[in-house]
Amino acid sequence: MRIAVQLEPFDVGAEIDALHARNPAIGAVVSFTGYCRDEGGALAALELEHFPGMAEQALAEIAEEANDRWPLQGATVIHRHGKLAPGDPIVLVVTASAHRRAAFDAADFLMDYLKTRAPFWKKEHPSDGTSEARWVNAKAADDEDAGRWS
Amino acid sequence: MKLLYFAWVRERVGTAEESRDLPGSVQTAGELKTWLAGIDEGYAYAFEDQAIIRVALDKKLVEDDASLADASEAAFFPPMTGG
Repeated sequence: MRIAVQLEPFDVGAEIDALHARNPAIGAVVSFTGYCRDEGGALAALELEHFPGMAEQALAEIAEEANDRWPLQGATVIHRHGKLAPGDPIVLVVTASAHRRAAFDAADFLMDYLKTRAPFWKKEHPSDGTSEARWVNAKAADDEDAGRWS
Repeated sequence: MKLLYFAWVRERVGTAEESRDLPGSVQTAGELKTWLAGIDEGYAYAFEDQAIIRVALDKKLVEDDASLADASEAAFFPPMTGG
């Protein structure tokens, strides 16, 4: 399992190659990348606050849980923090397994769980320059998505 | 006890980190929220809806009935919005 919480962008292709590492037991690699939207031009920047130490620990626990539920050959979870602009990548999940279903399901599970269990908070900075930045509210739909796996 | 605050909880209480001596009557995470809410207006605002504030003891998410006995650090924050 590779877990990283970082300011820097990540290289999706390099992360997929590193996880696959020409391991002939792997028949499927799934990757999901979450990006910062511009919300129709209304958003200038997204600020991501995190709880250092706990964020890495929570992501590692979620990855371990995915590994217990599916026969994975490996997984990578990278979450950025700091100030991001529309178009910037925020989060990357890569899963590898012998067959595709486990890789797809584990990636879906990892995203659902990290949204509700990893200590990150988004603050939106509007592009109009006058209204104040505001914290994003947690969505009930995210809890429902996470509930699909219990 | 070391206390940490994140996101709008941090903004409302006005600090990211502090150390406070807790009265003996504060035994659980939920009791600590109630006690903090009584400190001043900023804390009252941060903890006005105590049910939605999440607590982590030594970086582990816990429920309000969790005992503070073995914890050295408590963190308070809104529901997570990462991903």
